[in-house]
Amino acid sequence: MTLPPPNGLSRAQLHELYYWMRLTRSLEEKLVNLYRQTKVIGGLFRSLGQEADSVGSAYALDRGKGDILSPLIRNLGSMLVQGATPLEVLRQYMAKAESPTHGRELNIHFNDLRRGFIGQISHLGDMVPVMAGITLSFRMRREARVGLVYVGDGAMSTGAFHEGMNFAAVQQLPLVVIAENNGYAYSTPMEKQTAVKFLVEKAAGYGVPGEQADGNDVLAVHDVTRRAVARARAGDGVTLIELLTYRRKGHAEHDNQSYVPKGELETWAANDPIERYQRQLVSSGWADADELAALDARITAELDAAVAACENEPLPEPASALTGVLADPPEAELEWYRRLHG
Amino acid sequence: MAEVTYLEALRDGLAEEMARDERVFILGEDVGAFGGAFKVTEGFQQRFGSERVIDTPIAETAIVGAAAGAAHMGLRPVCEMQFIDFLSCAYSILTNYVATARYRADLSTPMVIRGPAGGYVRGGPFHSQNPEAAYLHTPGLKIVAPATARDAKGLIKAAIRDEDPVLYFEHKYLYRRIKEDLPEGEEILTPIGQARSVRPGRDLSILTWSAMLWKSLEAAEQLEREDGLAVQVLDLRTLLPLDTAAIVAAVKQTNRILIVHEDTRTGGVAGEITARINDLAFEWLDAPVKRVCAHDVPLPYAPTLEDFVLPQTGDIVRACRWLAAY
Repeated sequence: MTLPPPNGLSRAQLHELYYWMRLTRSLEEKLVNLYRQTKVIGGLFRSLGQEADSVGSAYALDRGKGDILSPLIRNLGSMLVQGATPLEVLRQYMAKAESPTHGRELNIHFNDLRRGFIGQISHLGDMVPVMAGITLSFRMRREARVGLVYVGDGAMSTGAFHEGMNFAAVQQLPLVVIAENNGYAYSTPMEKQTAVKFLVEKAAGYGVPGEQADGNDVLAVHDVTRRAVARARAGDGVTLIELLTYRRKGHAEHDNQSYVPKGELETWAANDPIERYQRQLVSSGWADADELAALDARITAELDAAVAACENEPLPEPASALTGVLADPPEAELEWYRRLHG
Repeated sequence: MAEVTYLEALRDGLAEEMARDERVFILGEDVGAFGGAFKVTEGFQQRFGSERVIDTPIAETAIVGAAAGAAHMGLRPVCEMQFIDFLSCAYSILTNYVATARYRADLSTPMVIRGPAGGYVRGGPFHSQNPEAAYLHTPGLKIVAPATARDAKGLIKAAIRDEDPVLYFEHKYLYRRIKEDLPEGEEILTPIGQARSVRPGRDLSILTWSAMLWKSLEAAEQLEREDGLAVQVLDLRTLLPLDTAAIVAAVKQTNRILIVHEDTRTGGVAGEITARINDLAFEWLDAPVKRVCAHDVPLPYAPTLEDFVLPQTGDIVRACRWLAAY
């Protein structure tokens, strides 16, 4: 039996959604291996169990129209959809000279406005006002472009989130705000973060429409996001979307999750977004086992090649740290350093 | 020529840049229909439209963050802080996001944050601050602080054309007290990063900026009259990046240096200037570098208290006499 493909998607696009989710997970698993070999310089952040929310939402944007998104630390999948490559991500984690930030920034904190992603900084909430400004520029230039910004149950407690959200709402900017409810901000559970039961309730406080969807159902995520994107593109302003999901790993690789109640991890493991989607693809007649196996094999080959390409690359030259603070750095500022170091 | 106040010169500079470049726009609290708390943007919304003169919520983090996003996309935002004291509300996003953007992410962020700074107006602790030192410590920012009407115009125009984020601290005491004949039809641009020698002198040099320029000039004239001292006065105009070459040249010319700033003493810009002189020109000094600054207290409201805390001409005269006699 074959059902008609949902959400206006083609069979090939349904396969792409699978590809991006699987690529996200496999890339992170590669990074875990490199982390254990101490080749990852800093921390390692997993999105295990949240791949559907990143991929389904990013896939609802239109790269051809120049849409831009801003990820949080667990939105690797959204960056891959927008065209970031595994090679770039591997180089970032390993602080290579050839990484997009030349070893200046960590993990997925990098950007390419042409491809449509702008990396976050560590100060949660800051990207909401920044994305408000980016979408303000879209409107001022009469461009039919849309912005999308991810926040979590933690980021929504910050003042920057509030100020940016309020500004975007007042200005009716073409911005989609994805609130990922994954249960925890580091070790702090949702009920210690906010007094509302669901993050979507906060939409009312900003006078914007709020929507909620199952964050582990990639097609539901895609559907709710594409409707919000259409509203934004039509000039109808901001939408707040809450995606219900779960963070199955600790804040970072070092975190042993001792604060998680017994049974919770098992419950959510049984609700794995990739396995769910795999079953759905096959039972709906949208993919067969051979097609999925071929995608898996392609991902394995791509990732092996990416690791081989950069594993032994050098770190940046120390003195490269001194350039690029300003467009026109004053020569005199370096004089004392040069005097001391010849 | 037309006589304009410091405030009018700033307003003219802003308007000229908005007329010249449609990428320039203004956002801030009450800047639109009301024309700003000090009327710097009076008439702008009628002239340039409400899309280019945006009234924002009371939300400095949103103003600065949105300006950064728009600047990344190639626009040239000018943020108004109603009083520069409130820039501290956006301290995090300014120092962590905006200032680091070029370095960490190769993102261009050509934006200006301007607003009224300074005391002598009985504004109390939260409408009188000179917060330059809080931002001097942040690589990636530029800071300018004009003292004259010509530089009020020349520096706002240069700041808007700069490729990096510029903090423009205008002095509210000078807004309507300083007047100057400025040529009409001539483009005035003050290069960022260049000091200006306002008054020549061989006996000692005062390094200063903003409203303290005028008190320093008063002191220099008194010292010439009463003591026969020839005091050079250097207006730094830009605090970040400092014009190190001009500072070193002043040390070599007069061998005695007084730094005058309105901000409080500890951790103030004078400390950084002194350290640079030690690094680059210590052997040229005939006396310790001295400073006249505000006392280390929040700025109080009562005239008797404010006048006691802030630097006065007499303080500068006394410090110069001490230096000359050393």
